[in-house]
Amino acid sequence: MTRSQRYQELLRANLTGYLFMLPTILVLGTFVMLPILYAVFLSLQKVQLLGGIEYEFVGFRNFSRLWQDERVWIALKNTAEYVAIVVPAQTLLALLLATTLNAGIKGKNWWRIIYFLPTITSSAVLTLIFMWIYNTNGLLNHGLAAIGLPTYNWLGDPAVALKGIMLMNIWSTAPFFMVIYLAALQDIPQSLYEAAKIDGASQWEQFLFITLPLLKPVTFFVVAMGIIGTFQLFDQSYIFSNGSGGPNNATLTLVLLIYQYVFRDLQMGYAAAIAFVLAAIIILVTLIQQRLFTDSNNL
Amino acid sequence: MTKLKIPWLKGLLYLLLCFYAIITLIPFLWALSASFKSLSEIASGTINLLPHQFTLENYKQIFLEEPLFPRWLLNSLIIAVSVTILNLICNSLAGYALARLQFHGKQFWFFLVLAVLAVPAQVTLIPTFLILKSLGWLNSYQGMIVPSMVNATFIFMMRQFFVNFPLELEEAAALDGLNRLETFWHIVLPLAKPALAAQTILIFMGSWNNFLLPVVILFDPEMFTLPLGLNTFKGQYISYWNIIMAASMIFTMPVLGLYIFFNRYFIQGVTFTGGKS
Repeated sequence: MTRSQRYQELLRANLTGYLFMLPTILVLGTFVMLPILYAVFLSLQKVQLLGGIEYEFVGFRNFSRLWQDERVWIALKNTAEYVAIVVPAQTLLALLLATTLNAGIKGKNWWRIIYFLPTITSSAVLTLIFMWIYNTNGLLNHGLAAIGLPTYNWLGDPAVALKGIMLMNIWSTAPFFMVIYLAALQDIPQSLYEAAKIDGASQWEQFLFITLPLLKPVTFFVVAMGIIGTFQLFDQSYIFSNGSGGPNNATLTLVLLIYQYVFRDLQMGYAAAIAFVLAAIIILVTLIQQRLFTDSNNL
Repeated sequence: MTKLKIPWLKGLLYLLLCFYAIITLIPFLWALSASFKSLSEIASGTINLLPHQFTLENYKQIFLEEPLFPRWLLNSLIIAVSVTILNLICNSLAGYALARLQFHGKQFWFFLVLAVLAVPAQVTLIPTFLILKSLGWLNSYQGMIVPSMVNATFIFMMRQFFVNFPLELEEAAALDGLNRLETFWHIVLPLAKPALAAQTILIFMGSWNNFLLPVVILFDPEMFTLPLGLNTFKGQYISYWNIIMAASMIFTMPVLGLYIFFNRYFIQGVTFTGGKS
């Protein structure tokens, strides 16, 4: 092969490669890479949206302002509380459902189809259905009254509004993680259980000493996905409160707060700063979680 | 786990499964039944799953007296179908290139795709809004479609799929004189059907149910997708839960149909994107 032929071949290979990659490079470049740089820039500016856009460099003032912003702290507290309750609850529920389904139950596929319904339904529809169930004269209060429990104004009482969203999201997200657990459970070799049985291990011991340890990588994945997802709570709070985060800021989350600063107060620079803080929190918590998981591995 | 041999324990498990199935189904059945009830029956606050007076009025009303509702349905369909088709093509092309083709900077682009996976959406949301604004794409179909037409997760998934693909087929195609693009289109893609099916349902669902992007970039009610439209209904029909639930049921139908049709692939897809980490 002559030199120019080789050169041509190389050129063609590169052209083909970039032809295949072109849509991806264009879209990721314009709507992911460029926005990240743009977001860094925005977070250091005071942005005025009057017809056109005007920028004024303010350094780190957007970030220092965060500390004094009472609503940021409220949103952070709500979001943290939401993550702390929903992630463990949905993970445990998913594990419980998956192990139950995996214990030689008939019609596995049918159960799975039923359980999966909330996962495929849109958050808007689910939130509306639950708002209807939660209203003062709704199904939930009727049910609670029938078994002698106290009833609540689920939508209007700041003490329970966020709990209502938690309940709904545990219910709707657990089945998704159940499917992931179920697939992992089916990958555990049957021979391990048979060996344990010969050694006289009970069902419970088999679960504790074989199933749980082998599920650890999956549990890590499920918890990480859960953390990332729950920190980004927006749709449900938005629909629940008409975008206000009410009653009395009870359903105000960080993403909803970012939305409010952008589209109600037109403070894009400040909102970008909050978005970065949220991203940092998510990354930090995921890293801590990873550390916890690998640490206990070494024991 | 091993099969349970103790009969009462097995009974308990079935009981548990039934109990949770009921908890899962009740909200849906309750919503479905409300969509066939009259307003007076809703307002009376009685708890009955079967409507006293079965009526189709609610469905008639949203289609005949709400000119925007069919429009929202159409908008959602146009956007979700376009996003799905574009994703299937673009993600497969990129996944194939990253798995099989040799070109300068391939490692860099692969790294970039992986890095994109870790970027939280709310960081890019505000700049994306401003970029769409300067393109004049706010309140438009292309504003909803173009930013979502590739997806790093599925590029990665397709790459993993193509890496394990038998080389011989492509070599045979090359001997037959097919170029790379023809090989990809006629030989490789048809054999990637399971991976494509899983993508189809997941992407369609994601686009159909998306709330954050439309709430940010669509503000003309004519351009709303169904989730936004539904949210408007909520304000417009305060306590007309029969109407809201009928609209919700129509909204859920297409995804439900797709899900039942693709159920097998769907489970595969979910485990594909997750489990094996």
